[in-house]
Amino acid sequence: MKFLKGLLTLIVVFAGIAVFLVLPWPGLAAIVVLLGLWMALTRRGQQAASVAAIGIATLAQRAGSAAVIVVGIAGVVGVLVAMLAMAQGYADTLRRTGSDDTAIVLRGASASEVSSVLAHDSVVVIEQAPGVARDDAGKPIVSPELVVAANLLVRGAKNDDDMGSVQLRGIGDEAWKLRTNAKIIAGRKFEPGKYELVAGKGAQAHFAGLEPGAQIRIGSRVWTVAGIFESGDALDSEIWADAKVVGDTYRRGASVTSVFARLTSPAAFDSFKNALTTDPRLQVDVDTSQHYFSKQSEGTSKAIRIIGIVVGVIMAIGAIFGALNTMFAAVAVRAREIATLRAIGFRGLPVVVAVMLETMLLALAGGVLGGLIAWLVFNGYSASTLSMGSTGQLMFQFNVAPSVLWTGIKWALAIGFVGGLYPALRAARLPVTVALREQ
Amino acid sequence: MKYFHLIWAALFRRKTRTILTLVSIIAAFLLFGLLDAVRVSFEQAGQSANGAERLQTGARLSFIETLPFSLGAQIERVPGVSAVAYANWFGGAYQDAHNQIFTFAVSPNYIDMYPEFVLDAAQRKTWDTDLNGVVVGSVLAKRYNWKVGDKLPLMSQIFPNKEGSKNWNFTIDGILHSKDPNQNGFFDAIVLMHWKNFDETTPYNRGQVGWYISHVTDVNQSDRVAKAIDALSANSDHETKTQTEQAASANWVKQMMNIGLIVTSIMGAVFFTLLLLTGNTMMQAVRERTSELAVLKTIGFSNTSVLGMVLAESVLLLVLGGVIGLGLVSILAPAISAGSGGMLHLPSVGASSWALGIALALGIGFVVGALPAMRAMRLNIVDALAGR
Repeated sequence: MKFLKGLLTLIVVFAGIAVFLVLPWPGLAAIVVLLGLWMALTRRGQQAASVAAIGIATLAQRAGSAAVIVVGIAGVVGVLVAMLAMAQGYADTLRRTGSDDTAIVLRGASASEVSSVLAHDSVVVIEQAPGVARDDAGKPIVSPELVVAANLLVRGAKNDDDMGSVQLRGIGDEAWKLRTNAKIIAGRKFEPGKYELVAGKGAQAHFAGLEPGAQIRIGSRVWTVAGIFESGDALDSEIWADAKVVGDTYRRGASVTSVFARLTSPAAFDSFKNALTTDPRLQVDVDTSQHYFSKQSEGTSKAIRIIGIVVGVIMAIGAIFGALNTMFAAVAVRAREIATLRAIGFRGLPVVVAVMLETMLLALAGGVLGGLIAWLVFNGYSASTLSMGSTGQLMFQFNVAPSVLWTGIKWALAIGFVGGLYPALRAARLPVTVALREQ
Repeated sequence: MKYFHLIWAALFRRKTRTILTLVSIIAAFLLFGLLDAVRVSFEQAGQSANGAERLQTGARLSFIETLPFSLGAQIERVPGVSAVAYANWFGGAYQDAHNQIFTFAVSPNYIDMYPEFVLDAAQRKTWDTDLNGVVVGSVLAKRYNWKVGDKLPLMSQIFPNKEGSKNWNFTIDGILHSKDPNQNGFFDAIVLMHWKNFDETTPYNRGQVGWYISHVTDVNQSDRVAKAIDALSANSDHETKTQTEQAASANWVKQMMNIGLIVTSIMGAVFFTLLLLTGNTMMQAVRERTSELAVLKTIGFSNTSVLGMVLAESVLLLVLGGVIGLGLVSILAPAISAGSGGMLHLPSVGASSWALGIALALGIGFVVGALPAMRAMRLNIVDALAGR
C-alpha cells in the first residue's frame, strides 16, 4: 500500500513536470482561473485559500529560507534563458538573412556557398529562367556572388597572431537591388574595379581598422574601406567588394560561388527550381534563401539548446532539492498549526493545495526574477562564432524572446511543483496526535 | 580529529535535511566537473608537447586559399626544419551531404608528423602502396561499422573527380588509433587519403597544397623558423602565415566561441545559489542546536573549539558533496564521450580540476560556516539554556 502510494506520487510528479513543460499559456491561464473559482466558490476552496493566506503572510519571518527557493530557481531560469536566448539570437539572425521570394542557386551537392563553384555560363542560364523578377529597365534581378574568406586583425589584437576570419563577398550592382534591406550608414559604396570595400556593421565592431576612409591589408593587397553598411541580418558580419576585383585577388577568374535571384513572387519558386534542375546545361541545387540560411543555423542552434537544457536540468535537480529542504522545514515549523487545523475539521486537500500554492508562488517569483536578470544582462548581448557553412565570424545578438522567457517560467513552475508536492503530502498525512504532541 | 565523530553526528542529526542539501551540492559540483572538462578539452586542443614542435603554414589571405606545391621544397631547406608534410581539405561527407566527416588529402609522411596516433605497421604498408586507399579514425570506424578492406563511398562537398561527379570511392586500408586513449580524440574521427590521388583525380586542384606542416628540431627556435618560412613568400601572390600548432588551434577555438566566459558565468550563478542554499541549511542547523551547543560549552568546550566544530561541519558537508559530485563526473565523462560517438570528447577529471573543485568546496564551506560558527561561539550559556 505504501509502495503503491509512493508510485502514485511519482507518477503525479512526472505528469506534473510534463504538463508544465508542454502547457501553452492559455492552458495555464485556464488552470489559474479554475483554481481561483474553486477557492472563491466552494467550501474546501475557501479553506485552502485561508490556509495559504496564513502561509504567505508568515513568509516574511522565513525570508532566508524562502530566498533559497527564489534564488535557486532564479539561477536555473537565468542560465536556461541565457542559453536559449543565445540559440534563438543565432537562429533569428540567419533566418532573417533570407526571404521566401529570393532563391539561391549553388552547384549540386555543395553544402554551403563557399564550397560551391558556378561558371559564368551558368549565370547567363539562370538569368533567363522563368519566374525571375526584372527591374524597371527589364534587366533580371539576379546577383552572381563570389564568397571567399579573408583574415583580418580583430579589435584589440595584441600581436599579429590575433587574426580572425571574415567572409568576403564579391558582388555586383544587382546585389544592392536584390537586398533592399542593406543600406550604407557611413561613407559610400565601393567603386567597381577598385580595391575598395564596404564593411558590415557587425564586422566593423569585431575587426580592427574597418573605418570609412581607412586602409587595410588583405593578403598582400591594400584595400580602402569606402563605407559601412547595415542589413540587420547575418550579412552584417561580412565585408563586400567588387566581384571582379575579388575574383582577381583570389585567382577565381569569372567564376562565382552562388547566384541569388529575386523571384516575381514566392509562388514562382517551384517553376524556377524546376527549370534549373531539369536544365541539362546545369548541375545545381536551388533553394529559397530563407530555407538555405535557416538550415545553416540548425546544427549550431540545436547544439546550444541541448547544452542549455542539460545544464538547466542538472541545476534544476539542485534547485528542486533546495526547494524540498525549505518547504519541509516550513511544514515542520507549522506542524502544530496544521494539525490544529485538521483537528478542528479541515481536510487534507486544502492543506496540500495551500503548501503547493505557496511553493509555486515562490517558484514563480524565482522564475520571473531569473528571466528578468537574464533579460537585463543578455538581451542584445553581442557574441560571435564561426558558423557552419560560412567562412567568417558570424556576429549575432542574444534574443531574450517572449517564448524563451515563457519556457523559463514553465521550468520554474515545474521545479516548484516537484519541490512543493512532497512537503505538502507530508503535511497532510502527518498523524494529528503526533503533530500536536511535537514541540 | 578527535571530535570527528561528534561533527559527523551533528551533520546527520537531521538526515533528510542533510541529504537534501548534499544532493544540491552534488548537482552543483557535477555541473562544475562537466563544464570544467569541456573547458579543459577546448584548452587542450593542440596543447601537447608535440604540438609545439609542429608549425602550420597556411595562406595569409585566408584559410580557404591554397599554396603552391613548390613551396614545400623551399620550406624543407629552412634551417631548423627537420621534415615537411602537407595536406588539403577534402570536404568529405558520408551518406548525406550534410553529414560532414573531416577528410584530409595528405602527403605520404603526414602520419610520421603525428606520433600521437598510431597505425598498424602492416596496414601502413598496404596504405602506402594503395593509391586509392584511405585510413580512418577508430571512432568513425566504430560508429559506421567500417572494416579494413571495405569500400568507402565519400561525397566531397567541394571537389568533383575526373568524371565530374562528387562521389568518390575509396578502399579502407587501415584504422588510426590515438596512442593515449585519454588524449585529444580528433584523430580518431578523421579520414586520410593520399594527396597524390586527390590531386590527380580532381581537375580543380592542379598541384596546390592547403597547408604545410613542418617539424622543427628545436622548440625554442620555433618563432625564428616560422618567420623564416613566411619570409620565403613575402610580397608574392601567395604570402603565408606560419604558427605553432598550439597557437593555431588556440586561435581557432577563440574564434569558435568564448567558452571560458560561458563556463564562468554559469558557474558563477550555480555557486552563488549554492552559497545561499548551504548557508541557510547551516543557519538552521545551528539555530536548532542552540541548547546542545550551550551544553557543550557548559561541560568545558572552549569558544574556539565550538567555532571550529561548526566550521568543520559546514566544510565537511561541502567537501563530501564536492567529492561525490566530481566522482560522478569521473564516471559520467567517459560514458558521455563514448555515447556521443566521438562528437564530444570529455577528458576525465584531471588533477587540476580536482584541486580546483576541492578548493572551491573548502572555500564555500568556510564562507558558509563563518556566520553560524560565529553565532555558536558567541553563544551565552545561560541565555541559550534558558531558551532566550
